[in-house]
Amino acid sequence: MDNLDLARWQFAITTVYHFLFVPVTIGLSAVVAWYHSAWVRRRRPDDLRLAKFFGKLFTINFALGLVTGLVQEFQFGMNWSSYSRFVGDIFGAPLALEALLAFFLESTFLGLWIFGWGRLPERLHAACMWIVHVGTLLSAYFILAANSFMQNPVGWRFNPDTGRAELTDFMAVLTNKVQLVTFPHIVTAAYMVGGATVMAVALWHLRRRDVGADAPMYRRSTRLGAIVTLVAAMGVGLTGDIQGKIMTDVQPMKMAAAEALYETSDGHAPFSLLTIGSLNGQEEKFAITVPSLLSFLATGHFDGTVQGINDLKKEYAQKYGEAGNPMTRDATYTPNIPLAYWSFRLMIGVGMSAALIALVVLWVTRGDRIPRARWWHWVLMATPLLPLFGNSFGWIFTEIGRQPWLVFGVYTTQSGVSPSVSAGDVVTSMVVYTLLYGALAVIEVKLFLKYVRAGAQPFEEPPKPDHHDDEDAELAFAY
Amino acid sequence: MELSTVWFVIIAVLWTGYFVLEGFDFGVGMLLPVLGRGGDAELTEKRRRVMINTIGPVWDGNEVWVITAAGAMFAAFPHWYATMFSAFYLPLLLILVALIVRALGIDYRPKRDEAQWRRNCDLAITFGSTVPAFVWGLAFTSVVRGLPINADKDFTGSLLDLFHPVAILGGLVTVALFLTHGALFTALKTMGPISDDARRVAARTGVVAAVLALVLLVLLGTSNGNAASWVTSVLAAAALVGSLVANSRDRNGWAFLGTFVAIALAVVTYFLMLFPNVMPSSTNPAWSLTTENASSTHYTLTIMTWVAVVFTPVVLLYQSWTYWIFRKRIGTQHLPATSSH
Repeated sequence: MDNLDLARWQFAITTVYHFLFVPVTIGLSAVVAWYHSAWVRRRRPDDLRLAKFFGKLFTINFALGLVTGLVQEFQFGMNWSSYSRFVGDIFGAPLALEALLAFFLESTFLGLWIFGWGRLPERLHAACMWIVHVGTLLSAYFILAANSFMQNPVGWRFNPDTGRAELTDFMAVLTNKVQLVTFPHIVTAAYMVGGATVMAVALWHLRRRDVGADAPMYRRSTRLGAIVTLVAAMGVGLTGDIQGKIMTDVQPMKMAAAEALYETSDGHAPFSLLTIGSLNGQEEKFAITVPSLLSFLATGHFDGTVQGINDLKKEYAQKYGEAGNPMTRDATYTPNIPLAYWSFRLMIGVGMSAALIALVVLWVTRGDRIPRARWWHWVLMATPLLPLFGNSFGWIFTEIGRQPWLVFGVYTTQSGVSPSVSAGDVVTSMVVYTLLYGALAVIEVKLFLKYVRAGAQPFEEPPKPDHHDDEDAELAFAY
Repeated sequence: MELSTVWFVIIAVLWTGYFVLEGFDFGVGMLLPVLGRGGDAELTEKRRRVMINTIGPVWDGNEVWVITAAGAMFAAFPHWYATMFSAFYLPLLLILVALIVRALGIDYRPKRDEAQWRRNCDLAITFGSTVPAFVWGLAFTSVVRGLPINADKDFTGSLLDLFHPVAILGGLVTVALFLTHGALFTALKTMGPISDDARRVAARTGVVAAVLALVLLVLLGTSNGNAASWVTSVLAAAALVGSLVANSRDRNGWAFLGTFVAIALAVVTYFLMLFPNVMPSSTNPAWSLTTENASSTHYTLTIMTWVAVVFTPVVLLYQSWTYWIFRKRIGTQHLPATSSH
């Protein structure tokens, strides 16, 4: 493996890992803010208990999200310096804005929230978590604007004198049509993760033999989580559908790869739920298909034409290969088809199975019912992971589907790698990240489960904000 | 003034903000095994918790300054960001690892009530504070001295080029400065025996920092200095000495302000030595990266300037407000028996 392959693997590993924490952060911050405000509004002790309970799970997760995000920001310069030079004029701005507008907000107000008990007026204190949540949304917006530029470059021009891409219209970058649909897609997917986590954790407690008087609290929480999961799933589906059509428009190869469709279909293209056998387009294969569905997903019409890989390959070779531009010339123009095909199905499959579970949970917890069957234990263990992995597969699909491009149609991945960094350096960092991230995963999951098991703590009246005048009073919620 | 010069100033401000703020929480982390030591295990644990609680609400926000500084470099000077971050590949890897284990050490320490767990977290905090304190000093000193850079703006040297004796001295200076800064912060934010001990530690590390910094600034000043950088060097030295005097008279606030100003002026000195270069090439001065040839387009800089002008004051306002909210000194008597966190 050379520097390029290693740098790609490292970016893939560290990004997928980082994005395990992001949806939890977005989703859970909203849940915590919701419960905290509910406590301030209607004084039901359960709401405060749940705010603190999910708040703890949130902070365990937030720390890892932040530091793994730092790795991502540094990595562009460290491993992809040529890319950073080429596209920095456009790509750097959203990253800087993300730090200035979002990260300061998140970190500062999370510090205020954790340590603010008894120091801040309670409305302001609850508002701190809402501000953290707004920070997570702003962060998502800017980073997705940067990513959307890579999927569908807009608002730029190539400057032959400097050999760089230059920004011509910043608003166009921020309102990229890919961005406008990706942002709600990602945010609703994050809410699914948050909802599914709350649902699974609360139902796990509701099923405990010694749940006692806490049953109504956990039941309400279970059902809130389930409703959030379901509503968010509808958002994910709706935005995903629009996204498919925009993708067909701007990156037809990605849609063709999603179905492993080699020959252009003049209408009624079927969508396969699964395929057994090779996806190389030459051998016989067995597939379970839904007639005309691919046409509908790609174009909105059951008889729409969907371009195949082979035609697109010819088209791209003509368009980019003969231009003589070293940054766009590539032998294949096709992404890794099996990876694109399967990650697309897994994204939809595991993501939507969480919605199905949410529906069942709403049914089995109606009235004062509690599902008692033992297998629920295993279902609940898997429930938060399903939409979470759905997020991961979605990213794997969209990034693999873009290959061999870094910026679609403009700049290839192989052009972007750092020339001054040796393969040995990248091996070193990859080994370090893999070992460190592996160890952190074990530590964080253990800690997370420990606090999940502990459940919501007994109610304690929070100290009044005038409390800090008392010189020797204890700190609330201190480290 | 050219917009690229404005952005050079903004990036200098961001790095200054990072070092003066995270400098003291690095210092507190490094001093955990020194100041966080009592007569018995119980007192040791209490003192460590007091120390961590002094930086608890703010360290995370302090760390965002480096993210913003790096992001601003990427946006305003893509070549500077690309050359520097790929040149310092392994040192930056070390910083990232350190910052990761440090963040988790601080955040996860109170979440398990086991002595061994806390010891491991303390180790992570101390390691994670010392390594970046040293490596950032090393890296910026290397940048000021100049590195082998070719006509394509790429670093052509090896790891050894980054470990020049002067650069190592630069790393030691940041460690000593941050130790002093952190000790003075502890003295200011705590009460009782910890505060007294912190003052004594600051008196000793402060002298070491002053001596090392003097040698470094003279060495760098002779090779890379200019009139302005000499002025700020002298002012930085004066602030540090003033800080030590204030500390000896038990004026905690003035002493902390002294290291705050000294570190800020030291960073300013570095950026004055650089300007108008951002990364001088030791191979051929014509290949140096400058504020002109490394910058983004006028259009991008204009947009970024508006955003910075509007939002930086807002950030400063709410960060200062946080410090105001948590302004009270704390002592071991303020700690709840077990943390509820």
